[in-house]
Amino acid sequence: MTALLEIKGLHAEIAGGRKIIQGLDLTVNKGEIHAIMGPNGAGKSTLSYVLAGKPGYEITAGEVYLNGEDLLAMEANERAAKGVFLAFQYPLEIPGVATLTFLRAAFNAQRKARGEEELSSPDLIKRVREIAKTLNIDAEMLKRPLNVGFSGGEKKRNETLQMALLQPSLCVLDETDSGLDIDALKVVANGVNALRSGERGMIVITHYQRLLDYIVPDIVHVFAAGRIVRTGGADLARELEATGYGQYQSEAA
Amino acid sequence: MGVAIRKTKAELGLADLYQGARRYLPGGEEITAVRAAAFDRFDAVGLPHRRVEAWRYTDLRTQMKEAKRLASLPDDAAKTKAREASNLFAGAGFRKLVIVDGAFVPELSDLADLEPGLTIQPMADALAADQPLLLQRLGPVVPDDDPALALNTALAANGVVILVAPGTALSRPIHVAFVTTNWVATSMFTRSQVNIGAGASATLVESHQGPDGTEYQVNTALQLVVGDEARIDHVKVVTEGNGALHISSLLANIGARATFNQLGFVAGGSLVRNQLFVHIAGEGTVADIRGGSLLAGAQHADTTLAIEHAAENCQSRETFKAVVGDTARAVFQGKITVSPGAQKTDAKMMSRALLLSDEAEADSKPELEIFADDVQCGHGTTTGAIDDELLFYLMARGIPPDEAKALLIQAFIGEIIEGAANESVRAALTEAMLGWLGRRE
Repeated sequence: MTALLEIKGLHAEIAGGRKIIQGLDLTVNKGEIHAIMGPNGAGKSTLSYVLAGKPGYEITAGEVYLNGEDLLAMEANERAAKGVFLAFQYPLEIPGVATLTFLRAAFNAQRKARGEEELSSPDLIKRVREIAKTLNIDAEMLKRPLNVGFSGGEKKRNETLQMALLQPSLCVLDETDSGLDIDALKVVANGVNALRSGERGMIVITHYQRLLDYIVPDIVHVFAAGRIVRTGGADLARELEATGYGQYQSEAA
Repeated sequence: MGVAIRKTKAELGLADLYQGARRYLPGGEEITAVRAAAFDRFDAVGLPHRRVEAWRYTDLRTQMKEAKRLASLPDDAAKTKAREASNLFAGAGFRKLVIVDGAFVPELSDLADLEPGLTIQPMADALAADQPLLLQRLGPVVPDDDPALALNTALAANGVVILVAPGTALSRPIHVAFVTTNWVATSMFTRSQVNIGAGASATLVESHQGPDGTEYQVNTALQLVVGDEARIDHVKVVTEGNGALHISSLLANIGARATFNQLGFVAGGSLVRNQLFVHIAGEGTVADIRGGSLLAGAQHADTTLAIEHAAENCQSRETFKAVVGDTARAVFQGKITVSPGAQKTDAKMMSRALLLSDEAEADSKPELEIFADDVQCGHGTTTGAIDDELLFYLMARGIPPDEAKALLIQAFIGEIIEGAANESVRAALTEAMLGWLGRRE
């Protein structure tokens, strides 16, 4: 069986030469949820950006495959069309682009890239509205410019809406819990859990264990100084909550 | 300086044009005298150059190599071309008036069933009849020292005169289409006069277009008089051909408690100069002045605005945006003057440029000149490239880079388009924008 995502010996640095990811190996199979936990500055967000294809990072060694295809050879938009979705820690505000316009552009661009037929506007709007309802997003918000003036919770719900609409095969959630109160967190977590499926894999990046009470992972990794230093089950997250990351930081250093 | 500067080929050519045409230009004795005085004003200073502050970034003396011969009256072939020319406002139901190669063409214009209170007349007829209204407006123009405007006064042969009687709410917008059809480069001088009477309201759209590949020259001016409690929504769209020199002057005089919405949109031409001289004469008036320019290749577009708050309690917003690609250059000069006694003036000006290439250039020169002490005035200016973070966000959702950039450009210029109150106008400007984006791909 081909793994959904396979990262082998990955090294990455940011422009300027600072090494961020230093020898990462990770395999995510379909149906699995992996949590990546670690101290601030460990390179967790960098990992999410490298997977999504953000410019500005140099891959100095290693390979990344999605369903057996070389992910690193693709542009960000090509990766998205192949099924990679990054839920941003800080979703960007785009004045002048209505949320619906953005959703339509993204949805149809991915379909086009895959050689599938584009969805007509009424059909798409109907689909978006159905998902929006489950996330408590009102129709008025969809007409507003993307994320402009949205609260932290609204932005994260909007990310979840995009994820549900685009139906990616690999979801990378970068600090999805940041800036969320407990009610918003539950709504977002429910949205994410609704997307759990045997065909989809997820990487949940978080500093705190709290999120993992709501999105329960199959596997938990401790990420420090650019690589995985420990792997365990869901109970590892609770252990980390009790002990902190201190031992891993000194270990990595 | 007192030193006679050798006249350029273009200046000599313009003098020839005037000398050759002055006996034929419409107008009786008085208008002829106004024209002669205007030409003398031009002749004394010549074409503006970079040492003339108002033309600092647009050196016409260098850039205008020669004066093209005056366009001849449109023949049947020209009229056919004009009839078949693309029309951004087609299907909008606007009353269309057509000016072909500088001449008003009644048979192409919709002059049927004029609403009560609406009068439309070719400028050539009005000039030939020596209408006192025009004399008043042709003579003491503000500013009287602008060389481009002086040339226009000297040489304007036609255009349109639109009078909206006091209290008339014109529901049907008027579209004045200026179409250049000549493949041989010519020059055209048009002058129009629009009066919106007290309490009246109207939407006026001007479009300027012509063929690619010919270096034609347009010098157009509009004198706009807006009465007390009147409202005008004026939109000017420039989609001239890629070789065109387009110089335009708007002279607006606005009364009290009036609403003045002005939107300029440039998506064509080689060298474009839009000058706006706005005088708010009455209290309690609200003005919204916007401009959007989409520039590529080696285009140069200069918007120069001078707005004078001469009365109390008026509000004005000036918002200008330019998207500049390749080696193009966008210029914005904006000056807000608040006269003594124009207390409680609230004026805010903003200009933004989005540069799409390393060679693109944007120049911005905002100025405030305030002679009253109880006012709120401000200005701001920004210049930047497409935000990489935003681009990545769109790409991370599967949108290809070119499409993502186009979306960000649309978002940027969309703020200007949204300023148009009329939905058909917004649709037309969006179409012009998409056309521009399409040509870039």
